[in-house]
Amino acid sequence: MRIVVNIEKCTGCEQCIDSCPFTAIVMQEGKAFINEYCQFCKACISVCPEGAIIEIMEEGDVQKADISDYKGVWVFAEQRDGAVSSVAYELLGAGRRLADELKTELSAVLFGSTEDAAKELIKWGADRVYHCNDPMFEKFNDEPYSMLLTRLINEHKPEIVLAGATSIGRSFIPRVAAKVRTGLTADCTALEIDRDSGNLLQIRPAFGGNIMATILCPNHRPQIATVRPRVMKRGEYNADRNGEIISVSVDNITSRTKVLETVKEISECMINLQEAEVIVSGGRGIGDAKGFKMLQELAEALGGAVGASRAAVDEGWIPYSHQVGQTGKTVCPRIYIACGISGAVQHLVGMQSSDIIIAINKNIEAPIFNVATYGIVGDVYEVVPLLIKKLKEAKQ
Amino acid sequence: MNIIVCIKQVPDTAEVRINPETNTLIREGVPSIINPYDLHAIEAAIQIKEKTGAKVTVITMGPPQAEDALRDAIAMGADDVRLISDRAFAGADTWATSYALYKAIEKLGYDIILCGKQAIDGDTAQVGPEVAEFLNIPHIAYIRKIENISDKSIKVQRLMDEGYDIVESPLPVLLTVVKELNTPRLPSLKGKMAAKKAVITKMDLNAIGAEPENVGLKGSPTQVKNIFAPQSKADRKVLQGGIEEQVDTLIKELRSLKCV
Ligand SMILES: Cc1cc2nc3c(=O)[nH]c(=O)nc-3n(C[C@H](O)[C@H](O)[C@H](O)COP(=O)(O)OP(=O)(O)OC[C@H]3O[C@@H](n4cnc5c(N)ncnc54)[C@H](O)[C@@H]3O)c2cc1C
Ligand SMILES: Nc1ncnc2c1ncn2[C@@H]1O[C@H](COP(=O)(O)O)[C@@H](O)[C@H]1O
Repeated sequence: MRIVVNIEKCTGCEQCIDSCPFTAIVMQEGKAFINEYCQFCKACISVCPEGAIIEIMEEGDVQKADISDYKGVWVFAEQRDGAVSSVAYELLGAGRRLADELKTELSAVLFGSTEDAAKELIKWGADRVYHCNDPMFEKFNDEPYSMLLTRLINEHKPEIVLAGATSIGRSFIPRVAAKVRTGLTADCTALEIDRDSGNLLQIRPAFGGNIMATILCPNHRPQIATVRPRVMKRGEYNADRNGEIISVSVDNITSRTKVLETVKEISECMINLQEAEVIVSGGRGIGDAKGFKMLQELAEALGGAVGASRAAVDEGWIPYSHQVGQTGKTVCPRIYIACGISGAVQHLVGMQSSDIIIAINKNIEAPIFNVATYGIVGDVYEVVPLLIKKLKEAKQ
Repeated sequence: MNIIVCIKQVPDTAEVRINPETNTLIREGVPSIINPYDLHAIEAAIQIKEKTGAKVTVITMGPPQAEDALRDAIAMGADDVRLISDRAFAGADTWATSYALYKAIEKLGYDIILCGKQAIDGDTAQVGPEVAEFLNIPHIAYIRKIENISDKSIKVQRLMDEGYDIVESPLPVLLTVVKELNTPRLPSLKGKMAAKKAVITKMDLNAIGAEPENVGLKGSPTQVKNIFAPQSKADRKVLQGGIEEQVDTLIKELRSLKCV
């Protein structure tokens, strides 16, 4: 396939240039020209008023691998110090839904943890667990992890593989995709099955969260995606669920890199933020560090934690570990209260899947109101103290 | 020692917006820049060169205008550059990009390959590890500190979600770098002069010796189906009345949802 400009029809109006997310259209001698950055998203075709941009199919366009043998959904369950990360349970929730829709089985892959941990994965929704407890896998190390997962994929041929978009998943899963010669979509925030084709629709933010893209991997298997922690909901826990645990051997797995030491550097508030049921976040509108004391009080009244926008962190009012958003943490509490935060996309991507969003902002035009379940147009210094007072009264 | 740095020219994404009515991008006047993480990769390479006398070659795969990014790299102190460019590379996803870079790097020779952690247009963070797999060499992602480096091996700190790991690897190795690693230098006057005069060497499909079916759109397993504006929730309510009334309504609503 190629996207080309019919230069006879092109009037040089340049509307297509602005429509292209990949800077792939340039002007050449007064006509639009599509260069190598083109990703075939076809955004330009619909904007051209002259219908001058067209799609041409070429022979041998797509390479079709034989994909009919590939069955089942897999979840890579990562662990740290033997404890399975919460993202693994979220992926089992998502994976269960996809497997049911495809009428197939859900398997988990667990490296470097105990058999008890493997049994837990079954209770969380897996039909089967491929389990390897070789000491080599206790600490995360790219080469053995990618070799063993690649081997399992080649042997058992799953159609979908999901992993957490964590520092672990995002480091070693690309090696697996390169090796098995298939597509990988990073950092997905939603996954659906396309009813007609059965393909996985992989939805993810791009351009720093300014736009969303749906990615397909139609002709290769498995379809591999890493999924951002905290955006999928956990599945149902059922202590009576049964499943099969398959122990995996580690013959001929080697590593050139050595992990000499693992150092923890985590502050308590960071854990609290991602686990919190309620988050009270402050932005530039809070005005100073003192204002965060007030937010802390509101958070305490609701049994929650304090978050912040990047602007507040950059001002030095609160440490970086509290930052929510694209370059901070993704959170998904039951209640997210945004105080004096305008709602820039980079902030929204980190919190918009919260169950209930309450926005307090004095500017009714602030984009945060577009995602808010409840919006209060007013000054935080009037609203928040009143809210604290009334919540305390209500408790008594 | 040969160091290869992979860089990408990207639109300055902070300024890209979508028009929610037409679902098209508004990117008037959005400048093209070197991917910010890649500046740190270039800086790291130059620091190693200053210590060991290594040769630094900066490469990019992209259309002819990506040449500007390579000139900026020369201005920072790169010894040599390559523009990997061919119409056949159009539409490459991370698999096909990594394949083309691997083919080019194989031709150039290498001991250390440096990449940015991720490119800010796609934020995929995949190209580095995929290139390493193709070359069959180890990689270490998210390097925040180089502790030690010799002809044969390297010891680094790798940033993780909950802290960092100290990792050792033999050379050759591919590293992807985070911003904490260093502060990229500004180009010197001498560098700027060199950049202006430099002849940029191009490598096309033949020069890198790539299989045509593995590059560009044909070689790419993934496809962009569509793009759209981030959606907002439909159930929003802007509360009415005076502040006190609004706060009361809010508390009532929260109570009915059993949140307080
Ligand atoms: C690559 C990149 C990554 C980024 N990553 C992140 C990220 O992870 N997280 C993040 O948050 N941002 C991030 N940003 C920054 C983001 O674009 C915004 O600049 C930032 O979120 C703005 O913070 P803010 O809403 O607190 O400040 P502002 O946009 O300045 O908004 C302040 C708001 O407070 C309101 N206000 C002022 N005074 C009061 C008052 N007394 N009472 C009530 N309301 C009041 C104003 O009406 C305004 O809406 C990123 C940007 C880039 C380019
Ligand atoms: N077209 C390209 N040319 C050269 N290097 C690239 C290219 N695309 C990505 N890279 C490198 O790979 C890193 C990760 O990119 P990405 O996987 O696109 O997020 C970047 O920081 C660059 O170092």
